[in-house]
Amino acid sequence: MMKLIKFIIFISFFILCFQKLTVANNVSYEVDKISKNLRCLICQGQSVYDSQSDFAISMKLLIKNKIENGETEDQIYNYLKKQYGEWIVYDPEFDKKNLILWGFPLILFIFGGLLIYRKVFIN
Amino acid sequence: MKKNIFYLSILLFFTFIFTIFYIGLDKPNFYKPEEVKNKSLEDFTSTELFSNKQFNSKDIIEKNNFTLINIWSSWCTPCRSEHAILMTLSEKTDLNIIGLNYKDKKNNAVKFLDELGDPFSKNLIDPDGIISISLGAYGVPESFLLNNESRIIRKYIGPLTSDNISEIIKIIQ
Repeated sequence: MMKLIKFIIFISFFILCFQKLTVANNVSYEVDKISKNLRCLICQGQSVYDSQSDFAISMKLLIKNKIENGETEDQIYNYLKKQYGEWIVYDPEFDKKNLILWGFPLILFIFGGLLIYRKVFIN
Repeated sequence: MKKNIFYLSILLFFTFIFTIFYIGLDKPNFYKPEEVKNKSLEDFTSTELFSNKQFNSKDIIEKNNFTLINIWSSWCTPCRSEHAILMTLSEKTDLNIIGLNYKDKKNNAVKFLDELGDPFSKNLIDPDGIISISLGAYGVPESFLLNNESRIIRKYIGPLTSDNISEIIKIIQ
């Protein structure tokens, strides 16, 4: 009997611990996820997530506030792009300037495929 | 013949790479946010350093023809050298200069202004740096020249120089 009570107490504390953890983690998980995709403008080469500069610390706080206000990930990216330009996100959008960057692998892929096709099927 | 083409293409490939890297050597690889002109400033509310009163940026900015927002801090060395320039600007012109005290302690900020003079008509505080980010700034010092519709006319990253000052004077006249 004593054992069972002990076990129940243990389990309930165990669950209680994790409940707190999941609640706290939801926001900070989102903050981490977003800040990993942002370039720190002070120490370029680091992400906002990695950096400990004043700019990055404020940025993480801003992201946290925005998430708590119910903004989505894309809204935050768009907001920061508007403020600092597209450079701040690691994922460049497709436009005229980086046409070669996006198109070149595709061209190589098709070219390579053609080569293999010719080697295998025609010869 | 085939061998020649092979060597030639390797040579061409390396010259191509060499040229690209050589050109890249001269280019600075430090990115500064593009100058976004005519963008309207997001309004914010903050506390005044001395009076502890709340102010809305729109109310302060749109009363005057031109406003200069200067982000500064007592721990920032370039701000110290820039301060003399701000002082002359406030003495020479009737430009509305607003300070945004970035991540600073009140004591230090007050001491700084006591020592070097106070060019600001109002001094708003930004204790956690969020306001600066919403303005699109990323460090101290940084200055924004705004018109009476809260639109950014000029943005100066880093300490103001005397050239910047003459440009500002030309614009506001």
